[in-house]
Amino acid sequence: MRITCPHCGPRDLAEFYYWGDATRTMPALGSTDEAAWLTHIYDRPNPRGRHKEHWQHLGGCRAYLVVERDTATHEIFGVLFARDAAKEANT
Amino acid sequence: MKFPEYSILSLLKNAWSGNTGWKEAWRKAEPKQEYDVVIIGGGGHGLATAYYLAKEFGITNVAVVEKSWLGSGNVGRNTTAIRSNYLLPENQHFYELSMKMWESLSHELNYNVMFSQRGVINLGHSPAQMDAYARRGNAMRLNGIDAELFSREEVEGILPGIDMSRTARFPIEGGLMQWRAGTARHDSVAWGYARGADRRGVDLIENCEVTGFMRDGETIIGVQTSRGEIRAKKVAIAVAGSTGHVLNLAGIDRFPIESHVLQAFVSEALKPVFNTVATFGGGHLYFGQTDKGGIIFGGDIDGYNSYASRGNLPVVEDVMSEFMALFPNLGGVRLLRSWGGIMDMSMDGSPIIDIGPLPGMYLNCGWCYGGFKATPASGLCFAHTIAKDEPHPLIKPFALDRFKTGRMIDDKGQGATPRWH
Repeated sequence: MRITCPHCGPRDLAEFYYWGDATRTMPALGSTDEAAWLTHIYDRPNPRGRHKEHWQHLGGCRAYLVVERDTATHEIFGVLFARDAAKEANT
Repeated sequence: MKFPEYSILSLLKNAWSGNTGWKEAWRKAEPKQEYDVVIIGGGGHGLATAYYLAKEFGITNVAVVEKSWLGSGNVGRNTTAIRSNYLLPENQHFYELSMKMWESLSHELNYNVMFSQRGVINLGHSPAQMDAYARRGNAMRLNGIDAELFSREEVEGILPGIDMSRTARFPIEGGLMQWRAGTARHDSVAWGYARGADRRGVDLIENCEVTGFMRDGETIIGVQTSRGEIRAKKVAIAVAGSTGHVLNLAGIDRFPIESHVLQAFVSEALKPVFNTVATFGGGHLYFGQTDKGGIIFGGDIDGYNSYASRGNLPVVEDVMSEFMALFPNLGGVRLLRSWGGIMDMSMDGSPIIDIGPLPGMYLNCGWCYGGFKATPASGLCFAHTIAKDEPHPLIKPFALDRFKTGRMIDDKGQGATPRWH
């Protein structure tokens, strides 16, 4: 598997660190909604197919990335800087 | 007296009659319209569950539906280690039941599962690690499980050829041995349970993929499959790495499981070099030798969500370098094969066996790396749970609601990051 870092170009998997599912959103820190915290901490969509996930180019530019990847074939559809993905999600 | 199907007498009889008298190990069953219990997943756990449902609880109107051939998943591709060397009492009691069942399994099934109690040793590389092993060994002995703390010299005595030099990157200080642990022939376990279940009337339906669930409101009343609809009073799921996918089909889109790919490796056949199964404590590596002579070994999961039964090269390199750290003398041995299997990694590293999460549904998953050794106890406890609609006492701690109540069973103490368990 190779990931195309938007800053460094195509790089070997060994340079990247996996942070996991990128679709989870943390409840507000002051929230006392137990069900929301339970879901955030323990539950995962774990799809077979397209999956958005956080990676970090630890062995390169160290940028945090959002990678969209097929969990059944390991095909990668797109890579964004995490900050751009967050901006996109907020607009 | 009724003679077992496989015995010296049947062997002799068939030897004289040109081996024409053997029956198929299981029928090619056609799905009926309705069953009392449908078990999804024809692997070790599903087949064992069907066997114990029939044998212990008299429920024989059962179908096991399998998308491929029986035993084509993790039961056919694991590294076959069997042990009960856990720290936490919930795990100890459950896995020790399994160990005791392994000890008589070949007789129980009238099928040689080649269970070999050759011992499993965890190697220790620092005083702190040896202290942790002493603690775990003592915890095991308090609950009646055998454990023995090994010195450096004792390790050298049972693992000839291992690099014992003081200049090694992770010099060996000793280890924790469980002598009753060992290995079994993984395919035989699936085949033995399959034949036992078949002879008691269970339908084993291969090439039958579940594509959806039949529901009456919230309640699950059957499964839709590639071979038509099958109604069932109870639907049990034992699909290991595919748990997330199958639950998605039931409309459950979030669950405390992540699927990850784990690779395993086998070398060309060698004369006997390892008497036991052993693990490297300086990283994550476990190895043993099969009866055919191949060194079978594995390490970490690849570490990213995956349903693909193949991994990537960084983990291959990592596993090989760990093996070389212990056995530089085996560097010339050639690798024969490598393959991947999908692990259902849970949030605390322990399995989930429970009634639910929907009415009419029963769930058995979350085995992480360790499902194979659990096969007998998992089958028995899951069958009990399905038959009596009440969790078996030994698996009550493995209920799904433990994440809500905070009663996690985290043997490794890693927290809710599945890939670290």
